[in-house]
Amino acid sequence: MHEISDLTVCEQCDAVFQKLSLANGEIARCTRCGNEMDRNAQQRRNHLLPLTIASLIIFVIANIFPIVEMELQGLHSQTTLLGAVLSLTTEGISMVALLVLATTILFPFMQMLILFYLLVPSKHPDNRPGFSLLIRVMQMLRPWGMIEVFLLGVLVALIKLSNMATIIPGIALWAFCMLTVMLTVVVSFNPRYLWQLEESEQ
Amino acid sequence: MLNSYRNFATQDTADSTHFNTATGIGLLSCHQCGKLWKSAKQGDRCKHCNATLHTRKPDSINRTWALVIAACIMYIPANMMPVMITSTFFESHQDTILSGIIFFWVSGEWGLAAVVFIASFLVPLLKLASLFILLISAQQKSTWRQLERAKLYRMVELIGRWSMLDVFVVSLLVGLVQIQGFAQISAGVGIVAFGAVVVLTMLASISFDPRLIWDTANSHNDAQQTQPTDITNTGIARSPEKTLQERT
Repeated sequence: MHEISDLTVCEQCDAVFQKLSLANGEIARCTRCGNEMDRNAQQRRNHLLPLTIASLIIFVIANIFPIVEMELQGLHSQTTLLGAVLSLTTEGISMVALLVLATTILFPFMQMLILFYLLVPSKHPDNRPGFSLLIRVMQMLRPWGMIEVFLLGVLVALIKLSNMATIIPGIALWAFCMLTVMLTVVVSFNPRYLWQLEESEQ
Repeated sequence: MLNSYRNFATQDTADSTHFNTATGIGLLSCHQCGKLWKSAKQGDRCKHCNATLHTRKPDSINRTWALVIAACIMYIPANMMPVMITSTFFESHQDTILSGIIFFWVSGEWGLAAVVFIASFLVPLLKLASLFILLISAQQKSTWRQLERAKLYRMVELIGRWSMLDVFVVSLLVGLVQIQGFAQISAGVGIVAFGAVVVLTMLASISFDPRLIWDTANSHNDAQQTQPTDITNTGIARSPEKTLQERT
């Protein structure tokens, strides 16, 4: 078993290609199925760490403050994301509560923490404990973080309620908007390219 | 340098016979880090990242079928059972996914009705249909529209998550409208089934191996006849729009 380093394989159709060295920002696509095979992520990396840190901060804000406040004939009601999850649990449908908890809080948070850990500069970058395991976790989590879908859900719910009550958007709503924009950049980064970064560090 | 790579496959002959595959020439690629190994066996560990190597996702067709069928079964209660129960002083009414969409349409929120209709109704339906097409054509090792099917698969992966929309809407409304005795929204059984459909179809698209689209009968024969000296197909095609995507 030995490595063939000058060839590369498309992970979606198995076609073999000669490896090309890509300039900054260039993307290599498979000529057979059109899949994105490789990307020079050097430049992206510089933005990634600050963006991850900023996302973490905004993520905390988005979860502490209420998303929305409702006023109905003098009666007030407000909820945070966690509050909504908890009231689903008391409703007895803990399966759905778990699903919401995982896709909007747990998985995005884990993604950000892992990315932060992997990107933070260290003295021995080639010897980071758990590197390959964490990249595997990142790849598994990738389809399941759904902050942007949640934001659309909030907007739909607000419009639905605005017919029957007065709606006051909370701080967390704006935080979720910002978070969606930032996570689009952070999470769209394919964890596979972290290997490429690791190699260039060595 | 870069222009010197030969390109055997032109756009009009982009069928599988013109490409050498890793499996065909006895190479194994690591799904994890993308390293390519010669004379490695199925089940070996990648020396670079320690992931298990395999030519195709294990048992892909069977697993995907199981998940798709389960999703189809759950699709019925997801659309028949109420997802949300609104109770006020005077009345209590139940909403299914479709009646929620109709409510938006009738009350004049056409844009919103369209968004929810697409995300909650159309996307799950199209996703199930796409997975059926992908599975059946892969089982028959069909050479029919392979490029389109590869694109279809990527599309399914990309849009599948958006059908979670209704789950989030219901969770938020349940969390917010809890004014005891006055107005209360609670979740119906339908939302559990609906969440299950979304999760099952997402798992199905993850367990489907897109390489099966290209594993046609003639691709293997052709690959075995190829001499190891000319194993590379082409240079990687450089995307014409790459300059637009350059800065992010």
